[in-house]
Amino acid sequence: MTLKKNILALRQKKAIVEKGGGDKAIEKQVAMGKMTARDRILALLDVDSFHEYDLFVEHEERNFGMASKELAGDGVITGTGTINGAPICIYAQDFTVMGGSLGLKHARKITKIMDHALRMKVPCIGINDSGGARIQEGISALAGYGEIFYRNTMSSGVIPQISVILGPCAGGAVYSPALTDFVFVVENISKMFITGPNVIETVLGEKISQEDLGGARVHAEITGNAHFYALSEMECFDQIKELISLIPHSNQQKAVSVEPKEPKSLKNIENIIPADPKQPYDVREVIHALTDDSKFLEIHELWAANIVIGFGRLNGETIGFVANQPMYLAGVLDCDASDKAARFILYCDAFNIPIVTLEDMPGYLPGVDQEHAGVIRHGAKMLYAYSEATVPKITVILRKAYGGGYIAMNSRHLGADFMFAWPGAEIAVMGPEGAANIIFRKEIMEAEDEDAMRQQKVQEYIEKFANPFVAASKGYIDAVIEPSETRELLLHALEVSKNKDDHRPAKKHGIPPF
Amino acid sequence: METEKPEYVDFAVTARKYKTLLTKKYQNRKQWINPSPYDIQSIIPGTILSVFVKEGDVVNEGAPLLILEAMKMQNRIEMPFTARIKKINVEVGVRIPRETLMIELEALDNE
Repeated sequence: MTLKKNILALRQKKAIVEKGGGDKAIEKQVAMGKMTARDRILALLDVDSFHEYDLFVEHEERNFGMASKELAGDGVITGTGTINGAPICIYAQDFTVMGGSLGLKHARKITKIMDHALRMKVPCIGINDSGGARIQEGISALAGYGEIFYRNTMSSGVIPQISVILGPCAGGAVYSPALTDFVFVVENISKMFITGPNVIETVLGEKISQEDLGGARVHAEITGNAHFYALSEMECFDQIKELISLIPHSNQQKAVSVEPKEPKSLKNIENIIPADPKQPYDVREVIHALTDDSKFLEIHELWAANIVIGFGRLNGETIGFVANQPMYLAGVLDCDASDKAARFILYCDAFNIPIVTLEDMPGYLPGVDQEHAGVIRHGAKMLYAYSEATVPKITVILRKAYGGGYIAMNSRHLGADFMFAWPGAEIAVMGPEGAANIIFRKEIMEAEDEDAMRQQKVQEYIEKFANPFVAASKGYIDAVIEPSETRELLLHALEVSKNKDDHRPAKKHGIPPF
Repeated sequence: METEKPEYVDFAVTARKYKTLLTKKYQNRKQWINPSPYDIQSIIPGTILSVFVKEGDVVNEGAPLLILEAMKMQNRIEMPFTARIKKINVEVGVRIPRETLMIELEALDNE
């Protein structure tokens, strides 16, 4: 009978700790429009799949009246479970327990589950909802953060790491999400900053709200710190589930393949792109016309909208897409676009995901702000990422491919495996107007009617050089194809690239232009 | 999905103009202004602790103009070249943001 008694005692003990900060604190959490840490985990994972560890861990701080304080689970829930049947490790900070503040034991619970994820080669998901370091614990809290960052770095490129910001995430705490692969934010709930509005006002006298400083929209649209933006926690969890279904669960695995499906795009691919290179269109329609079931999970949808990145499937296999977006800023490359694409390429390469690049861009964005923001060093990231990647790399030039941008967008010269171009593609050192102005400068200046001569020379240039055949004649393009053949050729190219075996010189690591 | 047609604008990249949309970040970018050597601006937000010069003073290169306390550091702002103080826009005790025009200089008329 004692076993039964013990079981009852255990249940009682668990029930108390599982309440977190207690009814009042939970009420407050709900009043802020937030779910509790436990409900979040249960909502995200498969039903009945969650198992918790370290429920009875207690802090050891004795200063500042902490000795008498009992903190349920030390403010964080850790465990394992499944998403769509796939095993994952997860932790969720519990804001109802002392504001989810991070002390040493709290951090050690997190690092323990992170170590487990890395050993077992499963994705690690962290739900952040914390006021920051537990000041009473002093530098032990800082030690805790550091130990998390170290593990984020060790796991990088080995297992997928996902950060979900569902509350405040301020000060040093922000660097764990920044080191992970994908950051999810929710409108009105996520707040991320290094120094908050109070500090900014005290030190600088600048008044700004938390939302305007580091709200979900700011990070999704302006800073690029967030990869996915949702209007509710449930929408956010759906996004995570979709992402998990598309990515490999470690760098030694492939993403789960599914039954191939034909695209169900309504638009004929030939009618999406205007022939006039100056007219815009939404390149996502081209992606939808190519992918299985016309599905595409866009990453960084709002930030640097002049380039589109994300995952779709071709013949049932996950593919990373990188595409210039003529609808925004004419599809130019700039600091943010290069940054965005380069890290995505690194991700795809680390996790064995082939990359399809769709190219239609007029070059780099001109401007003092760009030059001073370091477009040279940011732009170089793309060259580095494409050159370094050993996964199958296929490019389709849809329309414009000018100058440095042509090289950057996975050109043959950076190691593309297949280069296709649509018949209207313009592959040239620069736009016809610019080129004609330089090459025929003398003729234009000496002409009686300069404008007429300029027009004539531009036209000559377009006819001679603004086409795919010059590049094809040099072997830089493997095939000039009809738009309607694109999907079939991509499927074929991926099929024949399956056993691609490409190596880089042995090195500790390269030195990319961070 | 989109019901209304977006309002595309002309956007020049080199010699050609493209029809496109602008991003919020692009629209809010700061225009570059060629800085005048005669304008002494704050390079960091902070508080003016002391001002050592008056309007009309001729001050030699390297002489202290004021102390700007920022991030717990007392930054001594020095005269970049010998010139006359035309206008002082700050006073002791005020907190100023970044890129505030603190002192305006003018060239010495002769020599």
